[in-house]
Amino acid sequence: MSSTIVARVKQRQIAQLISLGKRLDGRGLTDYREVQVETGVIERAEGSARVLLGKTEVMVGVKIEVGEPFPDVPNEGVLTVNAELVPLASPTFEPGPPDENSIELARIVDRGIRESKAIALEELCVEPGKKVFVVFVDVYVLNHDGNLIDASAIAALAALLNTKMCKYEVKEGEIKIKPGYSPLPIRNYPIAVTFAKISDKLVVDPWLDEEQVMDARLTITMEKDGKICAVQKGGYGYFTTQQISEAAKIAQEKTQELRKHLVKG
Amino acid sequence: MLNTLRKVPEKLIDENNVRLDRRGVNDLRPVKIEAGVLVNADGSAYIEQGKNKILAAVYGPKELHPKHLALPDRAILRCRYHMAPFSVQERKSPAPSRREMELSKVIRESLEPSIFLEYYPRTSIDLFIEVLQADGGTRCAGITVASLALADAGIPMRDLVAACAAGKVEGKLVLDLTDLEDKGGEADLPLAWMPTLNSVTLLQMDGMLTTDEFEQAVNIAIEGCKQIYKLQKEALKAKYVAVREEAEE
Repeated sequence: MSSTIVARVKQRQIAQLISLGKRLDGRGLTDYREVQVETGVIERAEGSARVLLGKTEVMVGVKIEVGEPFPDVPNEGVLTVNAELVPLASPTFEPGPPDENSIELARIVDRGIRESKAIALEELCVEPGKKVFVVFVDVYVLNHDGNLIDASAIAALAALLNTKMCKYEVKEGEIKIKPGYSPLPIRNYPIAVTFAKISDKLVVDPWLDEEQVMDARLTITMEKDGKICAVQKGGYGYFTTQQISEAAKIAQEKTQELRKHLVKG
Repeated sequence: MLNTLRKVPEKLIDENNVRLDRRGVNDLRPVKIEAGVLVNADGSAYIEQGKNKILAAVYGPKELHPKHLALPDRAILRCRYHMAPFSVQERKSPAPSRREMELSKVIRESLEPSIFLEYYPRTSIDLFIEVLQADGGTRCAGITVASLALADAGIPMRDLVAACAAGKVEGKLVLDLTDLEDKGGEADLPLAWMPTLNSVTLLQMDGMLTTDEFEQAVNIAIEGCKQIYKLQKEALKAKYVAVREEAEE
């Protein structure tokens, strides 16, 4: 079945079950699908991870290069997040320059990492105003079965935690590589939790068919101490203030649960 | 580059809770809204919110090109949020940036719930938002003015959408952040609101807030939206008062 159109009968079934507090795939409203994380899958990349969220599959590769800092923060490294919705992942993904969906995905992942100050960018400065390390986080969606945001956020963090940089020294403004590796300085662990609103109820981790039925989507990203560091609403519908408060409470619990897949203890 | 390279001052809010532009923490910037400002457009509006100056125009409902994008049961809303190269301190390339692409999407999704799109199957409604001068909170002012332009075009709507940001600056929750406050502050939370349906149609946040602060910020932003909603309605009425005066002359 390659079609992404969900039959009306199935749409109604999904919506009716959710109004009764049940889901078509047997999960509870706040249950995640099985999460599998594998790191170091691409040897050529400085860091990498492959994450399965049910059947949704996302790979993230981290590359580090030397570049120029932004003029307003001359002594900080640069973080760049990009997402590719690879055409082999879904019949709805087309080749070509990034569309608004992949840009939005990349920017939500970026905001979580940036606002929680997950990477100690100030430690990635080589020569203030001239030379810094640029961290490229490339999100590669390999199979689309819904909730790309959470899968990508987990994969991005897993890949960053897996990243090793060459040791180096600076001689007369030039970088000299020394033997050995050191881990990328990671200070925080942002995790995204995405809700779909269906039948006026909130469900977490919507799969593809639920995404076709949902009225609206809400993503809350929390850092390690349970503070909110990024929020994004998507979709054609709306949320009430009660639903937003409810989502924030559920996210508190779910981010802790998901973080256990990446950070032990 | 030559004119006044601004530096972030040491304090954005003084000990009496007064902000740099003399506002209190829960005050909006001065807002001026006008409906029906462009002749060619089916609907249009203009807003000034502090130093923000934004134009919005609506064309449609009209036949859609390319045709294969048309939907059999409703109109599609297309939205372009764009900043003029001279709208910010350092010239911005006129090519659409990734930020503008994302904002175009979230703005469209914030307005879609307000429109009876099902009344106009197979057509498109095109919405253009041009930021002429930016000083923080342009997506919110953009939504406010775009919603008014849609109403000005006579498109049937469930409600007007009003938008406003709240945030955290120097430990205090504040309404309607300027660019300086956004850059120097701890968090920014733009929100769009349809009052009669009690619904939040846009919600974003970046920065760092506890769950409690987050909920408070949402409520502060909604209070701001309520004030803006009033001004939107006045602007829409003012246009028709002006038309009637013309007719009576």
